[in-house]
Amino acid sequence: MPPYLPPPGLDAGTDLVADKSAKPPGRRRFLQGGAVLAGAAATLAGPARAVGEALPVPAWTRSQGRPAAGPYGQPSGFEGRVIRRVREGAQPTFPTAASSLTPLADIFGTITPNGLVFERHHAGIPDIDPEQHRLVIHGLVERPLSFSLNDLLRFPAVSRVHFLECAGNSGSEWRPARKLTVQSLHGLLSCCEWTGVSLGTLLQEVGVAPEAKWLLAEGADAAAMTRSVPLDKALDDALIVYAQNGEMLRPEQGYPLRLLLPGWEGNINVKWLRRLKLGTAPWQSRQETSKYTDLLPDGTSRQFSFVLDVKSVITGPSGGQILKSRGRQQITGLAWSGHGRIRRVDVSIDGGRNWEEAVLQTPVLDRALTRFSLPWLWDGGPAVLQSRAVDSHGNVQPTRSQLIAARGTESAYHYNGIQSWQVLPSGEVHNVHV
Amino acid sequence: MSMFERKPLAALVGALALSAVLSACHSQPVRSGQPLGLGTPVAAAQLAAWDIDIDADGRGLPPGSGTVAAGQRIYETRCIACHGVGGQNGIADRLAGGQGSLATKTPVRTVGSFWPYATTLFDYVRRAMPFDSPQSLAPDEVYAVSAYVLHLNGLLPADGRLDAASLPRIVMPNRDGFKVDDRPDVVGTRCMKDCVPGS
Repeated sequence: MPPYLPPPGLDAGTDLVADKSAKPPGRRRFLQGGAVLAGAAATLAGPARAVGEALPVPAWTRSQGRPAAGPYGQPSGFEGRVIRRVREGAQPTFPTAASSLTPLADIFGTITPNGLVFERHHAGIPDIDPEQHRLVIHGLVERPLSFSLNDLLRFPAVSRVHFLECAGNSGSEWRPARKLTVQSLHGLLSCCEWTGVSLGTLLQEVGVAPEAKWLLAEGADAAAMTRSVPLDKALDDALIVYAQNGEMLRPEQGYPLRLLLPGWEGNINVKWLRRLKLGTAPWQSRQETSKYTDLLPDGTSRQFSFVLDVKSVITGPSGGQILKSRGRQQITGLAWSGHGRIRRVDVSIDGGRNWEEAVLQTPVLDRALTRFSLPWLWDGGPAVLQSRAVDSHGNVQPTRSQLIAARGTESAYHYNGIQSWQVLPSGEVHNVHV
Repeated sequence: MSMFERKPLAALVGALALSAVLSACHSQPVRSGQPLGLGTPVAAAQLAAWDIDIDADGRGLPPGSGTVAAGQRIYETRCIACHGVGGQNGIADRLAGGQGSLATKTPVRTVGSFWPYATTLFDYVRRAMPFDSPQSLAPDEVYAVSAYVLHLNGLLPADGRLDAASLPRIVMPNRDGFKVDDRPDVVGTRCMKDCVPGS
């Protein structure tokens, strides 16, 4: 057996296609420090298979199934563990000012099913009647206008795939490593196809006054949450979204309207959007001063830090999982950047000493989750798995040590350090810091 | 479809004529840069109940005023259950203390130690507090609660009073503590072989 594996694109049962810019990993030795892997390859036994046992014809083949599915389809009853959860060990003080996390280890491809998109609310989920809801655009405009949902549906529709990540995602990693799952550590992350109206089109409708430089976005929930948005971003690529993954927004995602600012921190993508007010300067709302600012070791804070930096995480194997047998494993994960496309993802199994380029699932989209994978022969010994993303602007995901050296441990938001998963000889996988 | 089956030639001619008409009309409403004429004009008076934002200069502050003493009375009935006695040790965010702690290893972020503008306090209390009954306080009550929270932070005397003129003039201790995003402050490196882990 050679000390490397064929590229996953050649395997049956996978849709992964090698990115044209990436050399297939199978043409090289997977690890430069190949002794571990070569030794493993020489002694590996395949997973145990029962021999000679006849495959039975099960009950579901011998009788009719249920009638055509009901009004709204649900996952198989066997998938009941694939659910959003609150962070392990963190019951919220106020259930309506809380979050739930996407089960990153149990989803596939790059699109997050609507029922599994992470939540973060500040005053619960309002039940908004779309007939009564209005979006008002006013302030420094020529024609203040009120739009009903019906009005917005008459504008040209735009659909784009973008990730959404809370600025506080992975925030527990500023602290000593806790043995949490990838869902608990990094699950404030999802990716949808969003459909709506270009905000630039609506701003054209109201006519922006020349002195306008910022706009205030406000929600209709009981937090009436507000964030200031630079006008340049609003005109560049902002969407007023009414649908996700082919259906109207879920209530917890802002039904019937939300703001979407591609690549920018989750909080500013204001849900239940009811008002946009144009002005000359940021409003200095609570959510852009007391929260979502990054406190640095010298006591100053970084403000209006909107863009989410390049980041990746291995979702399998990941924290809390147990490798049941030695031999072939499929390392897989997600990469993303608020600056642009993912250009490449490197994977290490020795805690960052040696790296190999992973295969990216295509198409690789701008500011969208990108799936990567790499086969791995596990010899049963200890290993530390890491992934490191590079984006189309050449930004390289930093290590945790590099982040902390620059920012200390109190900045709370915008953690994008390399994640390390320790694999023990028992097969258990744990979050560690190297 | 049945029309096409019965009179294919007439249908084809009709369709061509229709498409010519459509393409002639088509360029009108979607011409780039032209408004589509959708939406309903809205007057400032209609927006009064929504247009409640206060900017950093205090624009938008309503008439009215409130004292520290009145604010303490409101605080002790509406706020204390979550924010604690004196704005500390509650189950919700700490409101007071922490000044001078931001550059230490245990920074304490409160209204007094961290918030750069007093106007934010009024805006937030008016729109989102009390948690169990948002937007229920009258302007005088919001001024009063704001005055009390500032007093708890040593930023207003016990006999102090706030109104639209005085609130924006409160100088918050951390007013100059913020800088606009200056990333990238951390630059990763793409080493592939014999790298130093964690570096």
